[in-house]
Amino acid sequence: MNELTFLPDRTALEAVGLRARHRRREALRACTFRVPAGRVCALVGPNGAGKSTLLALAAGLRRSSGGRLRVLGGAPGDPAVRPRVAYVAQDKPLYPHFTIAETLRMGAALNPGRWDQAVAERLVRQGDLSPHARVGSLSGGQRTCVALALAFGKRPELLLLDEPMSDLDPLVRHGMMAALMAEAAERATTVVIASHILSELEGVCDYLLLIADGRVRLAGEVEDLISVHRLVVGRYEDVGTPREFAAHTIVEARTTGRQLTALIRPEGPISGTWEITEPSLEELLLGHLRAPGAPALLAPSAEPRMPASRWAA
Amino acid sequence: MRVVEFRIDRRSGVATYLQIVHQVEQALRLGLLAPGDKLPTAKEVVAATAINPNTVLKAYRELDRAGLVEARPGLGTFVRKSLARPGAAADSPLRAELADWMTRARAAGLDREDVAALAAAVLAEAFGDHAPADHHATEGTA
Repeated sequence: MNELTFLPDRTALEAVGLRARHRRREALRACTFRVPAGRVCALVGPNGAGKSTLLALAAGLRRSSGGRLRVLGGAPGDPAVRPRVAYVAQDKPLYPHFTIAETLRMGAALNPGRWDQAVAERLVRQGDLSPHARVGSLSGGQRTCVALALAFGKRPELLLLDEPMSDLDPLVRHGMMAALMAEAAERATTVVIASHILSELEGVCDYLLLIADGRVRLAGEVEDLISVHRLVVGRYEDVGTPREFAAHTIVEARTTGRQLTALIRPEGPISGTWEITEPSLEELLLGHLRAPGAPALLAPSAEPRMPASRWAA
Repeated sequence: MRVVEFRIDRRSGVATYLQIVHQVEQALRLGLLAPGDKLPTAKEVVAATAINPNTVLKAYRELDRAGLVEARPGLGTFVRKSLARPGAAADSPLRAELADWMTRARAAGLDREDVAALAAAVLAEAFGDHAPADHHATEGTA
C-alpha cells in the first residue's frame, strides 16, 4: 500500500450550525466543521464540551435541535448510512448474560453481509479473553475489548469511539490502538476518537477537532494546525502583551516572573528577541483549552462542502 | 521476513515520520538494510507501533525523494541505495581503533557522558559544527 489512506475529496462527517441540547442545557451551539474521509481524527475538549453529544448525533442515536449534520454523505441514522457506521459509547453497553462468543454471533446476525468474524476474534484474542467468558463477569477494560471487537467486526467506514481506551491496561491499550491503526491502514476507515489523554493521541491522530463550550475551536490536519502556531518564550517585564505581537493572533500569553510564554498564530515574521518553537500537539491543545476566548481556526479542509442550499436548517 | 523494526518515542519532540526516516538511514549506514530489501508495509509498521499509517507513508515518500528507497506499485517499498561505507562496518580497522580508544577512556575514569562530550567536540572540530539535519526547523528574527 503506497497511497495515502485519506481521501481528501470525500467527506466522512460535516456539520453546519449544528445545535443540540443535553439535559436542558445547550450542549452544542452552532458547530461547523468537516472531517475528510480516511482520517484518524481526535475529538478533544473539556468535560461537558459536547464531545459525547456530537458522537451520539453522528451515530444517529440522538436528534439535533438545529443546524445540519451529514454522515458519509447521508443523514445520520439513515438506513443507507447506519450499516457503514460503528459507534462505541463511553459506557460500552453490552448484554451481560451473553458470552463473548454469543456477543460476536449477535454482531454477525445484526450485520449481515458486512460482518468479519476473523477481525472480531483477533481483537478478542488481543485482549487475552476466552470466548466462553460471560460479558457480565468481565472487568471494565475487558468489556472495552469486546465492544471494540464488535465495532471492528462490522467493518465500518466510519468508526466513532467515545473515550475508548481509558480503562485499558498499557499493553492491551497498545494492542488495541495498533489494531485500530492497522484497520485504518488497510481499509481507509475514518476514525473519530474522543479522548482526554492528549499524549495518547499524539502520533495516532492526523486530524483534530477541538470543541469547547459547544463550539468548534480548532479543526484541520494536525500538522497544518501545529505549523501555523508558534510558542514564543522570552524576557518581558511590562504589563499586558508585547506591542510586537499586535500584528499576530495571540491564543494565550502568560507571564511568570520575568518570563513571558505565549502561543500565537504569526501573521508574518515575529520581531523582538524571543525563543520561537513549533508547539507539540499537547502544547497546542493545552494552550487553546486554557484560552476559550481565542479566535477559532478552521483549516480549508475542515470547511463544510455541502451545497449552500442545504445549509439552512 | 521483517528486516527492520521501528522504535517510536512519542516524547522525543522529533516528528514521528522523521524518527522513521532517521532509523532507516541508520539501518542503511550499519548495513542492516541492503539494496533490494523490502521495507515493512505501512500496515505492518502500524500494527507494531500503533502510529498513524499516513505517518509511515510520509516517511517512505521522504526516503523515496532522497533516492534511498523506491515504491514499486503493488509490491511494496524497496531499498535502492546503501549508505554503508566499508570503513564503518563492524569488522573495519577504524571501528576497532575507536573501540580500543573507548576502552582506554573508560580505564582513565571517563564515564559515558564524558566520552560523549569529548567525541562530540572532536567531531565538531573534524567535520565542522553541524547539527543533524532536522526538517522540524524553528524560525525567528532577532
